[in-house]
Amino acid sequence: MFETLIFVLDSTARLSTPLLLAALAGLYSERSGIFDIGLEGKMLGAAFAAGAAAAVSGSAWIGLGAGILVSVALALVHGFACITNRGNQIVSGVAINFLAMGLTALLGQAWFGQGGRTPAVSGDGRFGDVTWPFAAELRDVPVIGGLYSELLSGHNLLVYAAFLAVPFSWWVLYRTRFGLRLRAVGENPGAVDTAGISVTWLRYRAVICTGILCGFAGTYLSIGQSASFIANMTAGKGFIALAALIFAKWKPVPVMFACLLFGFLDAVAIRLQGQQVPGIGEVPVQAIQALPYILTVILLAGFIGKAVPPRAGGTAYVKERS
Amino acid sequence: MSDQLAIELVGVDKRFGQVHANKDIHLKVRKGSIHGIVGENGAGKSTLMSILYGFYHADSGEIRVDGKQVSISSSQAAIALGIGMVHQHFMLVENFTVLENIILGAEGGALLAGGVSKARAELKRLADDYDLKVDPDALIEDLPVGLQQRVEILKALFRSADILILDEPTGVLTPAEADHLFRILRVLRDEGKTVLLITHKLREIMAVTDEVSVMRRGEIVATRQTSKTSMGELAELMVGRRVLLEVEKGPAEPGRPVLTVENLTVRDTRGVDVVRNVSLEVRAGEIVGIAGVSGNGQSELLEAIAGIRAVTSGTVTVDGTRVDLSRGTKDPADMRELGLAHVPEDRHRMGLVTRFPECENAILGYHRDPAYGRGPFLDFDRIRTAAKVEIEKYDIRPADCMLKTANFSGGNQQKIVLAREIERDPVILLVGQPTRGVDIGAIEFIHKRIVALRDAGKGVLLVSVELDEIRALADRVLVMFDGQVVGERAPETAESELGLLMAGASGQEAAE
Amino acid sequence: MTAGQLPRWVDYGLMPALNVAAAFLVSGLVVLLIGENPVEAVKVLVWGSLGWNEGIGFTLFYATNFIFTGLAVAIAFHAGLFNIGGEGQAYLGGLGVALACLALDRYVPWWVTLPVAVLGAAAFGAAWAFIPALLQAKRGSHVVITTIMFNFIAASMMVYLLVNLLSKRGSMQPETRTFESGGRLPLLQDVLPGTDFGSAPVNLSFLLALAACLLVWVVVWRTRLGYEIRTFGANPVAAVYAGISPLRITVVTMLMSGGLAGMMAINEIMGSQHRLLIEFVAGYGFVGIAVALMGRAHPIGIVFAAILFGMLYQGGAELAFEMPTITRDMIVVIQGLVILFAGALEHMFRPVLLRIFGVLAARPAPVA
Repeated sequence: MFETLIFVLDSTARLSTPLLLAALAGLYSERSGIFDIGLEGKMLGAAFAAGAAAAVSGSAWIGLGAGILVSVALALVHGFACITNRGNQIVSGVAINFLAMGLTALLGQAWFGQGGRTPAVSGDGRFGDVTWPFAAELRDVPVIGGLYSELLSGHNLLVYAAFLAVPFSWWVLYRTRFGLRLRAVGENPGAVDTAGISVTWLRYRAVICTGILCGFAGTYLSIGQSASFIANMTAGKGFIALAALIFAKWKPVPVMFACLLFGFLDAVAIRLQGQQVPGIGEVPVQAIQALPYILTVILLAGFIGKAVPPRAGGTAYVKERS
Repeated sequence: MSDQLAIELVGVDKRFGQVHANKDIHLKVRKGSIHGIVGENGAGKSTLMSILYGFYHADSGEIRVDGKQVSISSSQAAIALGIGMVHQHFMLVENFTVLENIILGAEGGALLAGGVSKARAELKRLADDYDLKVDPDALIEDLPVGLQQRVEILKALFRSADILILDEPTGVLTPAEADHLFRILRVLRDEGKTVLLITHKLREIMAVTDEVSVMRRGEIVATRQTSKTSMGELAELMVGRRVLLEVEKGPAEPGRPVLTVENLTVRDTRGVDVVRNVSLEVRAGEIVGIAGVSGNGQSELLEAIAGIRAVTSGTVTVDGTRVDLSRGTKDPADMRELGLAHVPEDRHRMGLVTRFPECENAILGYHRDPAYGRGPFLDFDRIRTAAKVEIEKYDIRPADCMLKTANFSGGNQQKIVLAREIERDPVILLVGQPTRGVDIGAIEFIHKRIVALRDAGKGVLLVSVELDEIRALADRVLVMFDGQVVGERAPETAESELGLLMAGASGQEAAE
Repeated sequence: MTAGQLPRWVDYGLMPALNVAAAFLVSGLVVLLIGENPVEAVKVLVWGSLGWNEGIGFTLFYATNFIFTGLAVAIAFHAGLFNIGGEGQAYLGGLGVALACLALDRYVPWWVTLPVAVLGAAAFGAAWAFIPALLQAKRGSHVVITTIMFNFIAASMMVYLLVNLLSKRGSMQPETRTFESGGRLPLLQDVLPGTDFGSAPVNLSFLLALAACLLVWVVVWRTRLGYEIRTFGANPVAAVYAGISPLRITVVTMLMSGGLAGMMAINEIMGSQHRLLIEFVAGYGFVGIAVALMGRAHPIGIVFAAILFGMLYQGGAELAFEMPTITRDMIVVIQGLVILFAGALEHMFRPVLLRIFGVLAARPAPVA
């Protein structure tokens, strides 16, 4: 029983990682007043770029760099549409999702000819698992061994990066000048503008942050968790991340818990696939898979607390003409 | 007051498309003075100040600050020049603390920690020096507007502003809060700061300024020493002729009551009672005016009667039919059915769909009228025909019922609304700010129409923040203050007495 | 604030045309990037979609789907609502169609089944839009987010239903049994004498789609309800002033939108597949967004945009055959670019055009 629990928690950590990175990514953009339903697309683009670059160069780090580059480029397209051209943020996000979905599959096939996959990488081409000191020695110690050697140790670098990004994001948001301005511009861009700060540049920086973190998320999918890019491998994770962001009411630490919850549900769903649970029978896996979305809808409906988005979110900033 | 100039504008000019917002502005503001800029809504005051604060760029002209020619390309440049601005709509982040709002943009380093403690100390010093006390850790959304404004002033002082621009600062203040503001402004002046006060209220100009410039239609038409001018002269300068709007009308012949409001109370989303237990009556053939400083519940009262705003309690009787508004079963369509027409205060926000062609706006709210189609369908031939009739009768220009409504001038847009509401032959007409942002010619026309409606035996309930308009049109004047009707007077009552009532003085005090 | 004014033909003709042209120009660059000749590609694409009868048939078949999903997005646009849930609503619409067909196909001819299937498609699609609509109107939860969530919920639910309840006995395939003739719509070439679309599945639903266009046009521009929808979409405050209930308009519009999206399933399920199968919507619901944006939310524009996308889908299949490096994913790229340029960047050319047409001498300075 304990082993099963450790196993489920261990896969929870792995499954939460991309959600966490993407949700934190969305946090920056949305707190600055730019809604982003294009997390999915940016993740996918990054996953492809990372997979392709790692396959060609043999270096996971170059893969990560490429992933971030592509994701930031897509984020800048979003910024150009929504900030500079004051376009509809939802429409732009939809466009980016399609663009990424189409381009990754198209270019993957054109360049590698493996049905949209990138060639599998191994060794330095992947982010390998990091074993903590004494993990092997402690493995057989009851409880601690399971927790330390199995749950904490043995993940790849990006998993740890994701969880470190939580306190880091909190610190950026609440303890730095950039964070103060970022939160302000999402609530009242007029206040930022009249304080002599460029709304445009501030929001661009926010979407670049989003691009960087989505780059990590995508890279994790293709060369952290897997060994290659597979067409449409994000499979809706960007939207679950968005759901988690809303569920956490746009706050960094709650974002982590929401992602862990949704990752846990996913882990449980995988674990329960085709299994009989005493007293219940076969649990419909689809119900568990749909749960994050259902929970988010219930939250949005205001039945568990109220999710109030950043006040200026979704609207372009236009100076008022008096 | 010294002879040195804090600000000098030379030939500043600004256009927005066809609108010539500022024409060849020349302005001199002395250092250490309170300089008023007065003018009607739309005279170009706010545009001018936005140019000074780097929000807009002048098309041509020169700006000098402390005698040096400068280019103010952004708010940042303005701040660097020691110019601070308190906007009409506060530029505050509502879910931030006072301190966070004050340091925003002047954080004093990439990390907040250091700047915050310094800012706290500086804030305390400013609070002591200028009597501007406010809890630095309070959330803005929990503060009353008077204190929020104080935060705005502190923001400017924190950035060591020497020149402070205040744009219509008293619009949202109670008279007591406004008095306190004026005291602060005098302290600031005595400390050597220069204050530019933008307002359309003459009383404030007289009360607090040293000098005053009058703006009309984008131009500065005069600059006077406040002590050597009078409200009458300024008013005349503002509108370009005698301010007393002469409306030809005979005595009212009130008939049966057409609108009775009983014990109406409206609570807003913040849980504040904005209309408190108001009762009033309008008879056929009379115009009842509601005077008051804006924000004292008049807008909410009008919207509640029209069925737009939810009310906590109260009934409205229209032409004998009694409606309990608190039940929430009546909506604006039902009130229209009863013969109530409504010209809303803000035609852009509420009275018109500016994206629609004129003819579609001519049926807004009456689109279910059988005259405009059969069953679920609309008949656009009939709609256009009806619109053309109204266009001719109300001299709406251009006379094109297919033109997008946004392309009509303010006065013509208002005529579209007025035509729509009056031509339905209502029993009672609610009118809010009928001439706000409307040119002089249209004002006269609109006033005549309202009086004609009265003479046709209809009731009119008029809300206006322009006391002159109320006095010129109304047969009886009700004064609203803090959500309540605090008095009823004849329109001939002295302006000073009405003014005092509007400011919350008791009836007895006002009469003295 | 009124933006600068352009002549009507520029606003409604030239600018959208420029936007779409920009989208296709960038698509051409993508083709160049993967080492093919864009001009050749366009030739193959146009010939493949319009050059032969069967090609035209397939083009119209796809266009039928896109007309329905495009209308769904467009009618919601008019009320200021963004329904991204077309995908899920169409999926549910398929369930409605399938239930009608499974119940009736063995007993009655297709023309008796059709109205029931239409009703089923519309009702199920509408039902799936109902909760997001209600939540938006009553609780203020943004319909964009809730409809996205409902797409995923629909996907999970349909998999469950198809695997556990609706699949053929003894089959592992997540699909229903194939309908008998009473659950199959006739092909268009059998209805319209003198037409021949080869083996293309274009069927009676195409005419149904055109009828839906006419219906939407009448509702939006010629009825009191449409007037209320447009008023609410353009100025919600004025709508309340005019006695228009936001709750009613939001719900009614979303029901129509969901119903239209659901109707797409008539074409796919009753017209072509003749069985309900997993993921049959295949992104057509999302294409509706591109179609609605490109067609500027007007039925006539939507018909043209839907046919263009039909050409892309059909021509794209030919293209993938002729030039294997240009896979059908190219269509998804073009779709993304159309949404980007015709939607999010729709005003990109406005400043340039304004200067060219010199309608306004000066404009407010852009955001610094």
